[in-house]
Amino acid sequence: MSENDKNQQGLDPEITEKLRSQAAELVEQVNAGEYGRAMTLINDLSEVRDQSLYREVGRLTRSLHEAIRNFQIDPRNAEQSEALSKMTDASDRLEYVVQMTGKAANRTMDLVEEAMPRASAIRDEAAELRDEWQRLRRREMAPEEFRELYARIDTFFVSLNADAGAMYENLSEILLAQDFQDLTGQVIQKVTTLVKEVEEHLLSLVVMASHVDQITGTVHELEEKDKVSAEQGVGPQIKAQEREDVVSGQDDVDDLLSSLGF
Amino acid sequence: MKILIVDDFSTMRRIIKNLLRDLGFTNTDEADDGNTALPMLRSGKYDFLVTDWNMPGMSGLDLLKAVRADENLKTLPVLMVTAEAKRDQIVAAAQAGVNGYVVKPFTAAVLKEKIEKIFERIQ
Repeated sequence: MSENDKNQQGLDPEITEKLRSQAAELVEQVNAGEYGRAMTLINDLSEVRDQSLYREVGRLTRSLHEAIRNFQIDPRNAEQSEALSKMTDASDRLEYVVQMTGKAANRTMDLVEEAMPRASAIRDEAAELRDEWQRLRRREMAPEEFRELYARIDTFFVSLNADAGAMYENLSEILLAQDFQDLTGQVIQKVTTLVKEVEEHLLSLVVMASHVDQITGTVHELEEKDKVSAEQGVGPQIKAQEREDVVSGQDDVDDLLSSLGF
Repeated sequence: MKILIVDDFSTMRRIIKNLLRDLGFTNTDEADDGNTALPMLRSGKYDFLVTDWNMPGMSGLDLLKAVRADENLKTLPVLMVTAEAKRDQIVAAAQAGVNGYVVKPFTAAVLKEKIEKIFERIQ
C-alpha cells in the first residue's frame, strides 16, 4: 500500500532532491556561461530520471519472478507430483485442468451410459411382471401361464440382484470420478493468485510509466482497439445477474425472444 | 428424424446426444464446428440442427447464416444451445433465423420443451 502511495504521489524523495539541486546548478552554470558543464548536468539530469525507472523496473521484475517461482501446487501422490513437476507454466497447468475435467466427464458418462440400459430393462420387465401379477390376482391366469410367470419371476429376481449390484458399482465409481475437483480447484486457485499478483505488478508498472511520461512530457497516441466481435462468440458471461446487457437464464432468453415475436 | 449436433466439446455433444436419445431421437451425427457441419448438412439429409455458438473455425451463428442462405437447407430447423448470453447476440441469432435458443447450463426439461415447441410450429 505504501509503495502504491509513493507511486501515486510521484517520485522517490531522494530523486526529487537530486533533480532540484541539479536543476538549480544547471541554471547557475548557464547564467555563468559554462555551457560545457551545463551539458554534463543535463546528461546527469536525464540519468536521474532513468535511474528511478530502472530501480522500479528491477524491483517489479524481482517480485514477478518471485511470484512465478512460488507458483507451486501440493501433489497428493507420486503420480500427481510427477505430472505437476513436468508443468512449468500456468497455461500447461490450465491445460491439465481441461484434460482432467474432460476425463472425469467422459468416465462419468461411460458409467451412466452403461447403467441406463440396465435401469430401463429392469423398469420394462418390472412393468410387464406387475401386469401379469395383477392378472394372477384377478384369477385370470391359466395354470400353464402361471408356471411360465413363476419361472420368469425367478429369473427376474436373479437379474435384478445382479443389475442393481452393477448399478451400485457404477454409482460409486461416478462418485470417485469427481475427485478431479480437488486437484483442478487447487491448480485454478494458484493460477488465479498468480494472475492477480502479475496484474498488481503490471499496474504499478503502468502507474510508474505514467509518472515517467509526465516528467518527460511524452504523449502517446493510442489506437482505438477493435472491439471483440460478439459474432464470433465470447463464451460464458460472469456475474450475469449484475449486468444489463446479459441474460441471467433461460427465462430471460424466452422473454427476450417472445418480445421479438417468437 | 435425423439430427446433427455441432459443438467443439465432445463432452457437450455426448450430453446432448444422450438427452436426444431419451427424447426418442436415436439417429444423430456429430460435428465439431461449422466448417465440418456444413458439408455434412449439404449431403446428409438432416431434419434438425442443434448447434453451439462459440467454436473455432466457423461459429454457430455463421453456420446458421450459411444454412439460411442455402437454397436446399434454408427451411432446416435450427436450435442454438450455447453459453452466449448477451442480449445483442440473442437478437442477432433471432434475426439470422434461429428457431430456438437454449442457454447453457441447461436442463433436460428445457431442451425437451424447446425441441417440442420447434416441431409444433413446423407441423
